[in-house]
Amino acid sequence: MIDPLSIFLLLLSASTPILFAALGELVAERAGILNLGVEGMMIAGALAGFAAAYATGNPFLGFLVAALAGAAISLLYTVLTQLFLANQVASGLALTLFGLGLAAMFGKPFEGVKAPPMPIGPLGINWIVWLGLAMVPAIWWFMNRTRRGLILRAVGENHDAAHALGYDVRATRAAAIAFGGAMAGVGGAFISIATVLQWTEGMTAGAGWIALAIVVFSNWTAFGVLAGAWLFGGVTVLQLRLQAAGVNVPVQLLSMAPYLATIIVLVMISARQKYSRKAGGAAPGSLGNNFHALR
Amino acid sequence: MIQLVPRSTASTFWQIATPVMAVLATMIAGGILFAIMGHDPVAAIRTIFWDPLFGPAASYSRPQLLVKAAPLILIASGLAIGFRAGIWNIGAEGQYIIGGITGAAVALAAYPFEGMWIFPAMVIAGAAGGWAWGMIPALLRNWFGASEILVSLMLVYVAQRVAAWMAFGPMKNPEGYGFPGSRNLQQYPAASNPELIEGTGAHWGVVAAAVAVLVTWVLVSRHIRGFHIRAAGSAPRAARFAGVSPATLVAFSLGLSGALAGMAGLFEVSGPAGQITDNLGTGYGFTAIIVAFLGRLHPVGILLAGLLLALTYIGGELAQLTMQLPAATVQVFQGMLLFFLLGFDVLTRFRIQRRGK
Amino acid sequence: MLRRTLLASASAILMAMAVPAMAQDEPLKIGFIYVGPVGDGGWTFQHDQARLAVEAEYGDRVETTFIESVPEGADAERALTQLALAGNKLIFATSFGFMDPVMNVAAKFPDVKFEHATGYKQAENVATYDARFYEGRAVMGTIAGRMTKSNKIGYIGSFPIPEVIQGINSSFIHARKVNPEVEMKVVWAYSWFDPAKEADAASALLAEGVDVILQHTDSTAPLAKAQEAGAIGFGQASDMAAFSPNPRVSSIIDEWSPYYIKRVGQVLDGTWESGASWAGIGEGEVVIGDITDAVPAEVKAEAEALRDAIGAGEYHPFTGPLNKADGAEWLAEGETAPDSDLQSMNFFVEGITAQIPQ
Repeated sequence: MIDPLSIFLLLLSASTPILFAALGELVAERAGILNLGVEGMMIAGALAGFAAAYATGNPFLGFLVAALAGAAISLLYTVLTQLFLANQVASGLALTLFGLGLAAMFGKPFEGVKAPPMPIGPLGINWIVWLGLAMVPAIWWFMNRTRRGLILRAVGENHDAAHALGYDVRATRAAAIAFGGAMAGVGGAFISIATVLQWTEGMTAGAGWIALAIVVFSNWTAFGVLAGAWLFGGVTVLQLRLQAAGVNVPVQLLSMAPYLATIIVLVMISARQKYSRKAGGAAPGSLGNNFHALR
Repeated sequence: MIQLVPRSTASTFWQIATPVMAVLATMIAGGILFAIMGHDPVAAIRTIFWDPLFGPAASYSRPQLLVKAAPLILIASGLAIGFRAGIWNIGAEGQYIIGGITGAAVALAAYPFEGMWIFPAMVIAGAAGGWAWGMIPALLRNWFGASEILVSLMLVYVAQRVAAWMAFGPMKNPEGYGFPGSRNLQQYPAASNPELIEGTGAHWGVVAAAVAVLVTWVLVSRHIRGFHIRAAGSAPRAARFAGVSPATLVAFSLGLSGALAGMAGLFEVSGPAGQITDNLGTGYGFTAIIVAFLGRLHPVGILLAGLLLALTYIGGELAQLTMQLPAATVQVFQGMLLFFLLGFDVLTRFRIQRRGK
Repeated sequence: MLRRTLLASASAILMAMAVPAMAQDEPLKIGFIYVGPVGDGGWTFQHDQARLAVEAEYGDRVETTFIESVPEGADAERALTQLALAGNKLIFATSFGFMDPVMNVAAKFPDVKFEHATGYKQAENVATYDARFYEGRAVMGTIAGRMTKSNKIGYIGSFPIPEVIQGINSSFIHARKVNPEVEMKVVWAYSWFDPAKEADAASALLAEGVDVILQHTDSTAPLAKAQEAGAIGFGQASDMAAFSPNPRVSSIIDEWSPYYIKRVGQVLDGTWESGASWAGIGEGEVVIGDITDAVPAEVKAEAEALRDAIGAGEYHPFTGPLNKADGAEWLAEGETAPDSDLQSMNFFVEGITAQIPQ
């Protein structure tokens, strides 16, 4: 009755904002950074991107500005955690609060106006959706096949060892945080420029928090993030689609499912690592810990 | 070139000086922000920091500081124990929600009975609910090595959906004309958590927060477990040789912080909030993490940090009310305060030295 | 008990503050608390527009303040108390979830008048008000029934509460009246405002073959999705004119100004009394936004005629014969629905196959 292709097409665009944000967070977490400020960076991108798209009439320029804005606001987090060695969790929460407030404050002049239409990309699918899909193998390739990717993972796995090997832990992490901010910005802008076509306060409505869950589900791999984004986006799309088809679904219970699945995945991977002593998988060793070089 | 050198013990002078400096810096930066937005900076700062304590309606807002700070302090006291031992429970928001639900469940099941046992039973149920929700990440870490940071965070999302499910389903008020939300416990005397002494704002949650500060202080500074906790945080390997079981510590600190968060949820649901709704979690659990760090994981620091954050909330509302400052501007201001407090904190833990070649 | 003693101390403070105010014939202070930000472009925005209308109407005689983004529950109670302590004599609380806080605070401030939107509890100094949105939904339903080519119309509901269920029933009844083939698909978003989810909800409906979307959620995301798919929709809460003339072919606007102006006037001349107001198109509280040229002239005329008939009180959108979805008789021929039935409505009318989540 419900054809799978139509669900898949819905899923592609529904999962795009969380895919971008989660890919960015993946890179940051792989460098040992647990940034809970994703929501704040997304909303900054949503506003800045919308404003640029509206002012220039060019949605693609909007996405570019959104990336810059996301990276710019993430600098605050970098300063706090890398320079002042503040706790990452608390700094991330503060960033979310600050970003939501800042966007609401500067967003006033952009209320009620409409973004320029997005040109439709190949196969009738938005260009940014394609970009998001392309980022998955690109990030995989970067992390697994390039030297810089290797350094990034080394820094995240054991920052003391990476430092001893002569890698610049702080510079690597600063770059990873900025990349995470840029990706979150693009994800947020997808909501304002491509989905809603308007700016409204608080429009990301918790998408940044979902992105954090997706990274855990992904087992810290790029393709895992894609699977996670499709799972989380898919459950929403599916339950709405079932409702539209007249099926009575237990919405709250269903929307819990992906989070429970994430916990199960995390437990399975951790258990495998603990009991079989196999290398690889599970959370980066230095995740959430700040690095301070004594010399 | 300058360099940060860790201090062996935190500097007493800087411990007191940094929060003061951070607040001053926030006032300056915030004042500039308010001036740019076209508001009188001096009046705005005074409204936020002074008026809730000494302004015209201070006899109302002073007690409200306690109401707002109590859950933050109660939760943060528990979290700090684990944080000291390097055990990261960032899911207090979820434990708060579940504690509120399990505690309210007792009341809703007992309704409309009256009895002295009902409220204490709710407190126990709330603590047990939070404890159980906190034990999930503890056990998953002990058995399978799963990160308690991530599991506890995931369980927040699950708890939020449980709250929505309860508000729309099993706990919906049968006399509520089909609207979501449970019965209002404020209107059920046996289950309500009212002000204990008029005009003080102090309900049982405030009392519990005060007790939590005292007990955690004693625990951390006097008790052997407090010693284990500090040892595990600063020198995990040495602690293990000294016979401290990491698994026990994980279970103890996640269980304790969960129970305290659960109690905070119950006191809020039975008192100021009054009912189970789908937006039961209002962020106390997350804000408490910030409070724990601002208070440097010390019970007295947490007490002060909780009161300071409560002050900016209430002062922010007053600024909206009397100066028509938009909520967003107030939020930005609060964000600044957190940034400065977190940033300046570096001075208590490190010395700044010039690097010589 | 304890609350009542607090009452005494709180009103003592109030007295101390109010005495000089009385002496100088100062303007009437009016407070508003909003559940969302003024910039939400929907529910709260419309309430704030009405606040501005009150200022425009009475000028120096009134002074208004608002607190925005107040969470329901404990924070609302404090915000309301602060407003009362600041000398506001009339306070509008604009969300259902403020109900119990309003009742608590009103008990402590017997000389402050409270107006609570969409609630059902009144007191000597607490009045409630709401709008008969279902009247506007009848007009939307008529346009939807005429405009659909696939004979499937979709409805994005926020929460399964009486107000939203009234809207769904009303649109369906009137869509089917002009088009007996019409089917209604319902999706619950479980949010008043979540653009991404609303977009997904709209997409789900569109994939089901729907070509007209009605929404009871506040963002423009469903309109944006409708535009992509060549479907049509309606503005909700505010006009959403940015999406005119297509896909937004009309809108249902919450217009609180007439009520606010009336009630403020009554406080000014001392005739305010508690009560429950439930006004609709006739009183100008539910406004049908401009019907664009995307709608054929005869459909537009039909919709406007219905609007005028409802506004004049000649026609009630819930007029029998109507059965409930389970086939049980609800209203007999010519009978109109009593307000009590509407206010606790928890059933769909016959013909809607979707079920209300329990």
